Amino acid sequence: MVQAQATRQITYIHAVNEAIHQLMEEDSKIIVMGEDIAGAAGRADQGFVDAWGGPLRLTKGLIQKFGEERVRDTPISEAGFIGAGVGAAAAGLRPLVDMMYVGFYGVCADQITNNAAKIHYMFGGKVNVPITIMTNIGAGVNSAAQHSESLYSIFAHFPGLKCVVPSDPYTAKGLYISALRDNDPVIIFNHKMLMGLRAGPEVPERMYEVPIGKANVSRKGSDITLTGVGYMTQICLQAAEELASLGYSAEVIDLLSVSPMDDETILESVKKTRKIVIVDEDYPRCSFASDVSALVAEQAFDYLDAPPTRVTPPHSSVPYSTVLEPLFIPSKEKVVAAAIAVLE
Amino acid sequence: MTTITSELTSEKALWMFETMITIRRFEEQARREADSGRLRGLHSSIGQEAVPTGVCAHLRDDDYVLGTHRSHHHCIAKGVDIREMMAELFGKATGTNKGKGGTMHIADINKGMLGANGVVGSNIPVATGVALAAKVQGKDSVSVVFFGDGAANQGSLHESMNLASIWKLPVLFVCENNRYAESTPVEYAVAGTSVANRAEGYAMPGVTVDGQSALDMYEVAGEAVARARAGEGPTLIEAQTYRYMGHFGADDPLSYRTPEEEQYYKDRDCVDRMKAYLLETGTATQEDLDAIDKEAVEAVAAAVKFAEESPFPSPEELTTDVYVSYR
Ligand SMILES: Cc1ncc(C[n+]2csc(CCOP(=O)(O)OP(=O)(O)O)c2C)c(N)n1
Ligand SMILES: [Mg+2]
Repeated sequence: MVQAQATRQITYIHAVNEAIHQLMEEDSKIIVMGEDIAGAAGRADQGFVDAWGGPLRLTKGLIQKFGEERVRDTPISEAGFIGAGVGAAAAGLRPLVDMMYVGFYGVCADQITNNAAKIHYMFGGKVNVPITIMTNIGAGVNSAAQHSESLYSIFAHFPGLKCVVPSDPYTAKGLYISALRDNDPVIIFNHKMLMGLRAGPEVPERMYEVPIGKANVSRKGSDITLTGVGYMTQICLQAAEELASLGYSAEVIDLLSVSPMDDETILESVKKTRKIVIVDEDYPRCSFASDVSALVAEQAFDYLDAPPTRVTPPHSSVPYSTVLEPLFIPSKEKVVAAAIAVLE
Repeated sequence: MTTITSELTSEKALWMFETMITIRRFEEQARREADSGRLRGLHSSIGQEAVPTGVCAHLRDDDYVLGTHRSHHHCIAKGVDIREMMAELFGKATGTNKGKGGTMHIADINKGMLGANGVVGSNIPVATGVALAAKVQGKDSVSVVFFGDGAANQGSLHESMNLASIWKLPVLFVCENNRYAESTPVEYAVAGTSVANRAEGYAMPGVTVDGQSALDMYEVAGEAVARARAGEGPTLIEAQTYRYMGHFGADDPLSYRTPEEEQYYKDRDCVDRMKAYLLETGTATQEDLDAIDKEAVEAVAAAVKFAEESPFPSPEELTTDVYVSYR
């Protein structure tokens, strides 16, 4: 009877959009900047407002509610407006800045890695830079080498930056809320393949936080640990389902936060299962997956029945062709195969 | 309406028409393939055909062109084989890039097409370096980079213009001002609304031209190419043009612009105007033009057939070409 109200399975896009709306209402210091985050900029007098609402519609409706002063369409000038976000953060605002695709980081890396990441440290802890940068990651839609990368590992490399990767609508909303309330620079990586997803826990309408730096046990199991991050968590959950049908109990850890990394949750799980498969869509060299592997090898070596195994793309750029791209991305099949190799 | 350019031979004028109609037919087919779901979203160049056509009419195979995410027209104007282009869109092994690059990265070094590029503004410094290579090697070849009005706001353009100017590099910075960067109007995003004016700050000529006129493009580009070949340095050209379709296909352009505005530009269509010129000057008859159009349609159909019948890349191709050599 009241069933419709009880379930709140909204899409990832909806969840993020709701979080930003609530955050902007809560805190007038939050401004949003990015390319086409509203769209048809400057044409309200012609009746055009919010033509796009962001490339993935994450910022839809904000401009009507909060106005042009706080919701700013920008020219294509990432070094300029992301750098401006750093300055605005240092001077009292809490900017949420959209770096449309992570592959564009090169245009503005100086602002992120030399300023956002280092100001607090260099200035002796006396200046905070509470900027949040959001960006899209991931392969899977034939966007080729420059528009399909994951790249959170690069940012995690820099002390001073926090990096989070939601895996479903619930974690997306909660991580946005935590990020925008956080006093450090946080980068949120949104995976393309999750945008229309309605899976995972229900998304409460109220505001709630998913803590930065905490992993989540998404599925309990006892035979093997699978770690995922972002869309790879969904792949791990599918693999766990398949492994269950083969008689294996897989525990899935949704890492959620690349920096800080939740060492305890990973170690606790692996000490129990004694086996781990680490699934990551970022490039394999000097990567997040390597970090998890090193952690387990260094701190849980005595518990392991098999070496930690990574399932990642090869050391290659992302191909365009529909026949090559699926070979690049870690799939359920690859994870199941890797898990079975470890289990047997 | 049309500038009559004295040194334009009838052969060249016909080449320009053939090039523009080929681009248009290619793009129409690509659009159909995307709409039918055989291809993903594409950035269509329909409406902008005259810009690269007028420029490339002056270029040789040893001159270079560098493009953007919207570059099918640049490739065709520079002479890239449309069968290999279509095969690339289909992700086939016979594609210009062996199926690895796709629509946003088409390249053919043998034709001097040094690549489309998906990162806005990213190719401008590369083109500057291509011009540097010509200069250092004592060649008289030139480098042309096309970029949008949106890209004009990237620092890369400004740094490159300064470099090219102080070193007198043989490069043409050609801005295709189609009035929009995605849904963002140029009058909002470009301070002062003129891109060409920015040349002044970097001590080079800056020219605004009707980018819907192949003849005007031809004239302006001719001067800039001659300047570059003579070692006199770079030129910034702002070609005023219009994209008829949405940004990438699935978007509705009427959410940020009016049908009246669209009609205004369509009334100045570059293909129609080239036809009118050829007929007025007696360079060609209607039958000649129809025959050229028919050939273009057939060439595009043949390109689709070639693409369909071509094999996909083998799985090993995933990890080839990452390096020339490794280890
Ligand atoms: C550095 C960078 N920022 C943003 C984008 C996303 N993007 C792709 S095309 C585009 C608009 C480009 O506008 P313009 O330069 O005018 O070229 P047009 O699309 O009109 O041909 C944007 C913002 C990108 N590809 N690269
Ligand atoms: Mg444009």
